[in-house]
This record gives sequence, structure tokens and C-alpha cells, in this order.
Amino acid sequence: MSQTFKIRKGHDIKLVGGAPKTDLGRITASTYAVTPSDFPGITPKLVVKAGTQVKAGDTLFFDKDRPEVKICSPVSGEVAEVKRGAKRKILAVLILADTECSYADHGAFSFSGATRDAAAAHFASTGVGAFITSRPYGVAAGMSEKPRAIFINGIQSGPLAGDLAYQLEGKEKSIATAVKALKLMTEGTVYVSHDSDKAPIEALQSLDATHITFSGKHPKGLVGTQIAQTAPLNKGEIVWTVNAIDLPTIGAAFESGEYRPEYRIALAGSKTMNAGYATALQGVSLTQFLSANVNTDNSRVIAGDVLTGTKIEKDGFLSFGQTQLTAIPEGNQTEFFGWVLPGFGKFSTNRAFWSWLFPNREYDLDTNMHGEERAFVVTGEYEKFIPMDIFPQQLLRAILIKDIEKMEQLGIYEVVPEDFALAEVACTSKLPLQQIVRDGLNELRKEMM
Amino acid sequence: MKFVQNIFDQTRPLVEKDGKRNLLYPLHNALETMAFVPDHTSHSGAHVRDAIDLKRTMVTVIFAMVPALLFGMWNIGRLHFGAFGEESSLLDNVIFGALKMLPLITVTYAAGLGVEIYFSWKRNHPVNEGFLVSGLLIPMIMPVDIPLWMVAVSTIFAVLIGKEVFGGTGMNLLNPALTARAFAFFAYPTWMSGDKVWINTTSADGGQLVDGYSGATALGDLATTVGQGMGNPATETVMAQFGPEGTYSLMNAFLGLIPGSIGETSAALILLGGLFLIFKGVGSWRIMLSFFIGGFVMAAIFSAFAVNEFMGLNPLHQLMLGGFMFGMVFMATDPVSASQTATGKLIYGFLAGFFGIMIRVFNPAYPEGIMLAILFMNVMAPLIDHYVVEANVKRRAKRLANA
Repeated sequence: MSQTFKIRKGHDIKLVGGAPKTDLGRITASTYAVTPSDFPGITPKLVVKAGTQVKAGDTLFFDKDRPEVKICSPVSGEVAEVKRGAKRKILAVLILADTECSYADHGAFSFSGATRDAAAAHFASTGVGAFITSRPYGVAAGMSEKPRAIFINGIQSGPLAGDLAYQLEGKEKSIATAVKALKLMTEGTVYVSHDSDKAPIEALQSLDATHITFSGKHPKGLVGTQIAQTAPLNKGEIVWTVNAIDLPTIGAAFESGEYRPEYRIALAGSKTMNAGYATALQGVSLTQFLSANVNTDNSRVIAGDVLTGTKIEKDGFLSFGQTQLTAIPEGNQTEFFGWVLPGFGKFSTNRAFWSWLFPNREYDLDTNMHGEERAFVVTGEYEKFIPMDIFPQQLLRAILIKDIEKMEQLGIYEVVPEDFALAEVACTSKLPLQQIVRDGLNELRKEMM
Repeated sequence: MKFVQNIFDQTRPLVEKDGKRNLLYPLHNALETMAFVPDHTSHSGAHVRDAIDLKRTMVTVIFAMVPALLFGMWNIGRLHFGAFGEESSLLDNVIFGALKMLPLITVTYAAGLGVEIYFSWKRNHPVNEGFLVSGLLIPMIMPVDIPLWMVAVSTIFAVLIGKEVFGGTGMNLLNPALTARAFAFFAYPTWMSGDKVWINTTSADGGQLVDGYSGATALGDLATTVGQGMGNPATETVMAQFGPEGTYSLMNAFLGLIPGSIGETSAALILLGGLFLIFKGVGSWRIMLSFFIGGFVMAAIFSAFAVNEFMGLNPLHQLMLGGFMFGMVFMATDPVSASQTATGKLIYGFLAGFFGIMIRVFNPAYPEGIMLAILFMNVMAPLIDHYVVEANVKRRAKRLANA
């Protein structure tokens, strides 16, 4: 029996430019990039340098503190350059791809009589362990951790999110394999979440796991919400989370021993010329794809959705873990007396603007802040968007004054930055909530390690 | 709107860091961001943002205050001409009231914003919008005849001691507008109470006050009944005014046709503003509702155990008088100085209303018990929140222990 939870707190931001199920083909490019900043909580230690020949699935760098957390190359080819920034920080590892991709063979995993250690070693060596996020802190999971539970998130409910059923089509077998592998990693429960407002996804429904179902508003698709509703995280506990869309990659690594991070990604947003789905390998250069399908004039391309994604340049690369590209207009224009006007056409989550009369309207939102940053003034605002038993503003204040004890008491272990994304959108004072939470988690992790 | 933008662009070098008028930079910035919502785009976190900002929130509150403000102006004129027994049209009343009110508003804004701008410059942050509301609230809770310099001093005190010493908007413990009123009340008591200040009785043409004129407020009159016992014939004339035909009848009090602080008299229009704020999601319904219930419960208890006519007043009538309604809608709901948690708001509102009526009736020297009660609860709000948040902390700790 699956449990159903209705999420009443939250908001569905309706944007124009949803991706229809048209095939935009395969994104091919000669350059690929792997960006350490896509992996929160990792201090990258390189094992390659410019000129090194790599195969798909060869390690590029690993975490200095936890060497078993390895980040692998999505393609075979030659490391063209290691881009560095201030203080020699590694910005990206660029790879010049071979025309014919060859794969490092880590060997198929034998499930008969398999132990946790064997599975952990396989997760580490194939690089698919990087798809597992560990909570608290929301960082790449270390294989020695003992998670209380593993949550597989089968809901994509963010703005302009792709259709997960379509994105997972034809990958049923490797999905099942991945869950089998994940079950070896915990003595606790493996949960799979489903969106009851959408057609059920057969590949996930049939999995041998504990099923939980959610309906209602975003953030039902955030795994933090799902954990909070099912069994909130306590101090000292660890849970792992995996996005269902990454299961085929994990499964393939266990079936064939090869690392094939290939996705059907969604391209959406009002600034697209052709919205739809394209097949792409992680890290692929998007230069040609974007110039062909996105109106790049004064627009912003985001890897991910508008709530939690990262801005990428027009000559950027497909970020790790992102299977959606969103293109929206930049909002770099002023508006005459915009704060006084009735605002019939303005997007707002509260009724201060008259646009509340049209709750189902789709908006063409740009990146304008609609005001300057202020101190906390309005109260009771964030609570409306965070379906958890926490006091968001009090927690944020505790983070800002770096009071570790208070942060713990107020439940910082239960949240990651994305849980504050909707509240950040709605914030009257325009405060950078996600950044504050990330800083708080980093501070805490530094104290604890 | 290009020419407006040009004006800002041309004057900007003058106020920027090395400019001659750097002190005015916050003012320049405030006016510019008022005229144009800035072109800032998101740099971290979410890429799209809600259209709301603090300016919108504050202007919504101002819209909610306008009906009570306009009524207040009209009432100033009505009471003034009425005191001389003169006939006056609606327009006469409003014009007379506006001429009294506008200097008060101007002086308050000038004094308060002056302090704000100085601190913005000193601390290198933009001027906060909070004072847009405070600056209008302060004149609305003053008696019409208070000298302008007293308003200025009170405002400066409120902004400086009530707000800036704590770090500015968002950090203050007390409601700045009420701080201003409390300051004026204790510093200049003769100008803030009694029966001389509520109705303007200066006459340009040497007119005579009508027979039986009294400049007192309802609460002032009620205070005279204290200590006289119930049904004492000595209080009869006073209490007759609270009867259905009297000056302070329930209907008159509800509509606001009584003397009092400029914007506080019309319960009906204040309620209208309150409903607007609740509907817009800007004012907290929790605070307003629990404040009303708190006041009503206290008034009902008094009424049931009345030992004087003040206590014996019909509870609903009690709530229509003085600053109760204004305090409920515009003062107690200030998000910064009120409780911040949902449960806390209910407790805070209830106690503020409860204590407000208690102070008013038990200490007739302070007819404005509401003001003191809200200020007191402002101070208590963090404590209430502390216990509400602590309950959450305990719940979490318990979960951990059971895990």
C-alpha cells in the first residue's frame, strides 16, 4: 500500500513555453566539460592533466576528503585543458571527444550473493555514486555512510519541468537494476515517490520498494518535502536521495560496467525558438544547440529550472545532474512606478497585485528582481511555501548569526537550499535565501568534520 | 519617462561617493527607485522573483489608511465649525481639515525622513520604506491642535530611539509610530489629553463657542464617572451622551462622528482598511481578530462585574471608542514589532487587546491604554515567539530521542 500526501503549502509557478514532445535530435559537440562546482561539498583533486587520454568512465577528479567520491568523464578523448580561476581553483575540465566513444570497462556487477561493500566499490569505481546526494548538507554521498533510508524522487514538479515518463521511456530494465543496487546500500527503507496528479510511470510503479505518493503543489517534487512528510531527518541521521531520472545511468553501470550518462533533456521557456526534447550526454557543449534553438538576444539560459538552476553562458556546457534547460528573458529594464500600479499582469504569489484574479495565467517571467534588497520585515511569508515543521525565518536568522546550536535546534538538518527556493521567489525583502542556507550548511559541515 | 530618468542620471554624479552632495545619495536613490523599479536582475538562487517588494507592501498599507485619513480631515472641519454653531458644507470641512492636516503630515515626513536619510548615509544602505507608513500614522494619532514642533520632536525621538538605535527598519523592538505618540503623551501631557486639544477652536472672525460646548473625548468623559459607583445620579448627564441619542452613541462612535485623534475616530472606515489589508494579505488577520477578541473579552468581564459606569459600558461600544480600532488594524499589525510566528500572533493580539481595555478602564489617567498595551506587547512579542519556537525545538528533540 502506498501512502498519499497532499501538499497544500507551496505554489505552482506557471510559465509560458512548456516543452512539447517534439524531438530536437541529438546534441553532438567535440568539447565536453565537467565542472567541479556542480558537486557541492567536493574539494576536487585532479587525476588528469591537459593531454591525458581518457575513456568514458575514467576518473577525472575525486574528493580530497573522501577519495571514493569519484567524478568520471562522460566521453572518451583527450583532456584539452584544466580551467582555473582565482587561487588556482579548478573551474572546469575540458575534454576533446573522440569521434567514436570508447568506454572504460569496470565489469558487470554480479548481484548473486553481492555484499554492500561490493556494491559500494562498484558505485565508486564507475562514478555513478556521484548521482547520490547525501543529507544533511545536500552533498555528494560518501560510500562509507550508512543511510537510514534512500529516497528515489520520481516527481518533477518545478516550473516547466520535463515529462519524466517521456524522459525515462525505454529504460525500464536499467531502472530496476539501479534500485536493486541501491537496496544493497541501506538496511533501511528505499522509498520511491510518485506524482498522483500525473499519469503513473510504469517503470517506477513496478519497482520493488516502498511507494509514497504526493499530490498538490510544488514543492511536492522536492525530495526534502517528501522526506519531511514521510519521516523527517534527525540529527545524526543520514538519508540518501537519488533522482529517478538518474536511475538508468546507475543501472547501466551495474549491468555493463560502463558509464553512460545519457539523457533526454527538456528545452523550455519563452525564449526558445524550438522547445522540445533532445538527447544529450552530460557535459556536452551547448553552443550549437543553443544558437539553433534559443533566441539568445537578451536572454538567460538556465541549466535546471528557474527556481534552483544555474545560469549558463551561450557557449556553456550541460551541467551534471541537470536534465532541463530553461531560456527566459533577462529583466534588465526599469519600470516606471511599477510598485504603485494595479499590476493586473504581474506575477505575484500574494494578492497585493490584482493579477490574483487570474490564478491560471501562464507568465512570461524575466529575471528582474522587482525591488531592492531589504532587512526581514514581513513575517509568516516563507511558511506558506515550505511544507515542513520548521520556522524558516528563525532558522535563517540563526544561520546569519552563525549560531550552530540554534541552527541544529531549528532543523537545519532537514533542509537544503532548494527547499527555500519558492520562499526566495516570494520574499518581499528580496533576500538570497538559498545562498544563506548553503552558507549555513557549509559552516555546519566544517564544524562537524 | 525618459526625461525623468535623465534628471536622475544628470544629478547622480553630484551625490555619488566623491560628489559634493554625497549626504543626499540615499534620498536620490530613494526617489529614483520610487520612480523606477530598478533594473536589477537575479544573481544567486531563484532566477525569477515575485513582483512584490517592500514599497508595494507599504503603499498597500497607505491605501488602507486613506479612507480613515480623509474622514479625519472632514471631521476636523465638522467639529471646528460645529463648536461655533456655524453651518458648513462637506467641502468647507474637508478644506479646513486638510489645512490642519497637511502641515502635520509634512512636518512628520520631513523630520522622520531626515533622520532616516542621515542613517542610511552613515550606514551605507538604501532608505527603507517603513517610514512611509509610520510618517502617515503619526499625524493620524495626534490631536489636531498639537504644535508642529512637538510632532517633529516626537517623530525624531521615535525614529532615533525607537528604530535606528536598534539598527533600522526590521530590527526595531517598538512600533515607531506608537513610540512617537507615547513620547508626546508623556513629554507634553497638556497637549495630548484633556478637553482643549481635540477640536480646533481658534476662530479667525472672533466667533463665540456655542453654549454647552465641551471639547472632551468620550473616554475623557467616561473617566469622570470612575469612583462614582453604578447608577449614581451625578453621572447621569455624562452617561446620557452614550445613549442612543447622545453625542457618543454607539452609531456615532462606529461612524466616527466624535472628537478624538485625527485618524482614530471612524471605526467603520478603519475596519474597511483592515479588511482591505487582510484581503491583500498584507495585514495579519490573526492579530486583528485576536486583538478584537481580547478587547471584547476584557470589556465583557468589566461589564459583568461593573462597579462604575466606565466598566459598565456595553463591550462593543467600549471597543469603538478611542484608539482601539486604529491600534488593532494599523498599530498591532506592524510585522516587525509584533510576534512573528502564527501562534505567537494570536497570543500577542489577544493580550494587546485585553490589556488595552484593562489599562484604559483601570487607570483613567491613561485613556489611551491601547497605545501602552501595544507597546508593552511589542516588548513581550520576542518572548512569546521564543516559547512558540521552543515548542518546535522540543518537538524535534523528542523526535530525535524516539528515533
